[in-house]
Amino acid sequence: MTLQLWIWLMIGLTFSLYIGIAIWSKAGSTKDFYVAGTGVSPIANGMATAADWMSAASFISMAGLISFMGYDGSVFLMGWTGGYVLLALLLAPYLRKFGKFTVPDFIGDRYYSNTARLVAVLCALIISFTYVAGQMRGVGLVFSRYLEVDINTGVIIGMAIVLFYAVLGGMKGITYTQVAQYCVLIFAFMVPAIFISIQMTGNPIPQLGFGSQGADGIYLLDKLDGLSMDLGFHEYTSGSKSMLDVFFITAALMIGTAGLPHVIVRFFTVKKVSDARKSAGWALLFIAILYTTAPAIAVFARTNLIETVSEKKYDELPGWFDNWEKTGLLTFDDKNKDGIVQYVADPQINELTIDRDIMVMANPEIAELPNWVIALLAAGALAAALSTAAGLLLVISSSISHDLIKKIIKPDVSEKGELIAARISAFFAVVMAGYFGINPPGFVAAVVALAFGLAAASFFPAIVMGIFYKRMNKEGAVAGMLTGLFLMLFYMTKFKFGWFGGGTSEDWWFGISPEGFGTFAMLTNFIVSLIICHTTSNPPKEIQDLVEKIRIPSKE
Amino acid sequence: MNKKLAQQYWKENLKYLVILLSIWFTVSFGFGILLVDELNQIKIAGFKLGFWFAQQGSIYVFVLLIFVYIYLMNRLDKKYNLN
Repeated sequence: MTLQLWIWLMIGLTFSLYIGIAIWSKAGSTKDFYVAGTGVSPIANGMATAADWMSAASFISMAGLISFMGYDGSVFLMGWTGGYVLLALLLAPYLRKFGKFTVPDFIGDRYYSNTARLVAVLCALIISFTYVAGQMRGVGLVFSRYLEVDINTGVIIGMAIVLFYAVLGGMKGITYTQVAQYCVLIFAFMVPAIFISIQMTGNPIPQLGFGSQGADGIYLLDKLDGLSMDLGFHEYTSGSKSMLDVFFITAALMIGTAGLPHVIVRFFTVKKVSDARKSAGWALLFIAILYTTAPAIAVFARTNLIETVSEKKYDELPGWFDNWEKTGLLTFDDKNKDGIVQYVADPQINELTIDRDIMVMANPEIAELPNWVIALLAAGALAAALSTAAGLLLVISSSISHDLIKKIIKPDVSEKGELIAARISAFFAVVMAGYFGINPPGFVAAVVALAFGLAAASFFPAIVMGIFYKRMNKEGAVAGMLTGLFLMLFYMTKFKFGWFGGGTSEDWWFGISPEGFGTFAMLTNFIVSLIICHTTSNPPKEIQDLVEKIRIPSKE
Repeated sequence: MNKKLAQQYWKENLKYLVILLSIWFTVSFGFGILLVDELNQIKIAGFKLGFWFAQQGSIYVFVLLIFVYIYLMNRLDKKYNLN
C-alpha cells in the first residue's frame, strides 16, 4: 500500500472512532456538559487528562526542541511533569471537594466577590485562546504535510470534527474521545521510538537505549557530545543557559501547569476526592511514558541526522532529504559551492537550516521505517492537537455560559437555557479558534509558551492561598491576581514585542528571560496578596467555614 | 467530624505535603539544576547522573511521589473514618 493510502486509512479510522464516541456520549444536562456528570473513573480521567495536556507541541515539537537544546531542554521535561505533583498535592483534591464546575467558580465563591470571578474569567479566556490557536494551526500543518491539502482546508476539517463532539457531548463527549485519543497518540509516539532504539542500540526500551552503546561500542551520549563539539555546538549534555534562568523557567512551567484551567477542570469530573488524587497519579504516569521517551528520541534523531548529512555529498543524500526540502522545513544553501553539506554552529559557514518540528515527523523516514508507522504518526499528531483543542474550547465555553451568563449577567437562566448558551458559546469558540488557525497572529508561538507564565502569575497563588490560608480575603486575592497578570503581560510585551521601550537579553531583570518571568510575577502576586490582606478586614465567617470544609474529604 | 479532629487531620496532611514536596524540590531543582555539574562527575552506563536526573530520574520520582501521596492519604482517611 502507498503512504497516502495508509494515511487516509489511519485518519479515517481514528476520526470515525471519535465521532462514534461523541454520538454515544451526548450530554443531557449542564452537569454532563461541564463536568461529564462527575461519573468518570480515575483511570479514564487520567488518560483524558494526559491527552488534554499533551498538545501538538508536546507530540510534534518537544523532542525536536530538546534535540537542539540538549540539557537546556530539561526545562520542558521537568516543568511539564513536575507541575502534576503540585496539582495532586495542593489543588486537585480540594477543588474536587469544593465541587463546582469551573476555576472562576472557585475564585468567585471563595473570595465572595464577582470582581474576583470576573478577573478569573478574564485570565481563563486569555490563557485558553492563546493556547487553542496554536492547536488549530497544528491540525492544519499535519494535514498539509501529509495529505497535500491546503493548510486552511486542514484547519476547517479539524474544526468540523471538534465542533461535532464538543458541541454535542460537552465534557462528557470530550472525556471519552480524549481517552481514545490518548491511546492513539501514545501508540503512535512509542512505535517509531522503539523501532529506532532497537536499530541504534539493540535495546527495545528507548529510556534505557539512549544511555546504551551503539554498534561501534561507544555510548550514544558520548558520541553525540563529541559530534556536537566537533561541529562547534555546545556539548549536548551540558547547557548554554544560565543556571538561574533554567531554575526560573522550570518553576514557571511547573506552576503554570498546575494553574492551567483546562487541566484543573478535569479533576471536577470524578466522583469523589480520593478519585481526584488517583486520577492525578494516573495522569502523570500516562504523561511520563511520552515525556521520558522524548529525550531518547531527541538523542537518536540528532545523532542520526548529523551522521547522515554532515560532510556528505548533497547528490547522494537519501530520498527523505528531498521530500522535506520541498516543504521548506529543511534548506540547503551550498555557500562554498563544494557540493558537500557543511552543518556547523557558525552561521557564516553553516549550509543547512533545519526546522525543529521535522525531528519527530521525519524520524521514521530517516530511520527507514515502514509506511504504516509514518501514517500512524500523522494520526497521533492529529489526536494530540484535537484533544487539547477540545479541552480548551470547553473552558472557553463554560467561562462564558456558566461564569459570565449564569453567575453574573442572568442568574435566573433555566438549566435548559444555560445548556443552549453553553453549546452556542462552544460553537463560537471553535469558529474563532479556527479563524486564528487560518490567520495566525504572528505572536502565537511566542505567546503559547508564555500562557504558562500567565497561569502561574494569576491563578496559582489565588487558588493555593484560597485553600491553605484561611485569612486570605478578596482584596488581597484580587490585588494579587491583577498585579501578577499585568506584571507578566508588561514583561512579556516589553521583551517579546518591543513595547514600553523594548529591550534585549542584556536588559532582563536579574537575567530572567520572559519565559521564566512567570515565577517572579507569581512571587510578586503572593507578596502583594499578603500585604493587602493584612491591611484589610478578615473574610466573613461562612467563608472561613467553607475553607475548613474543603480541607476534609467527607460529605459533612 | 468535630473541629479538633478536623484540625488533627489537616496537620497530618500538611506534614505529608512538606515531606513529599521537599523530595519533589530536591530531585528536580536540586539534582537536576543546582547540583547538576557536581552530579555529572558521576557516570552510570552512558548517563551523566545530573543530566539523567534532569531528563529522566526526576520524572520517575514525580510519578512515585503522587502514588505515595495517594497511599498515605487513603490511610489517613481511613484512620479518621472519612473514606
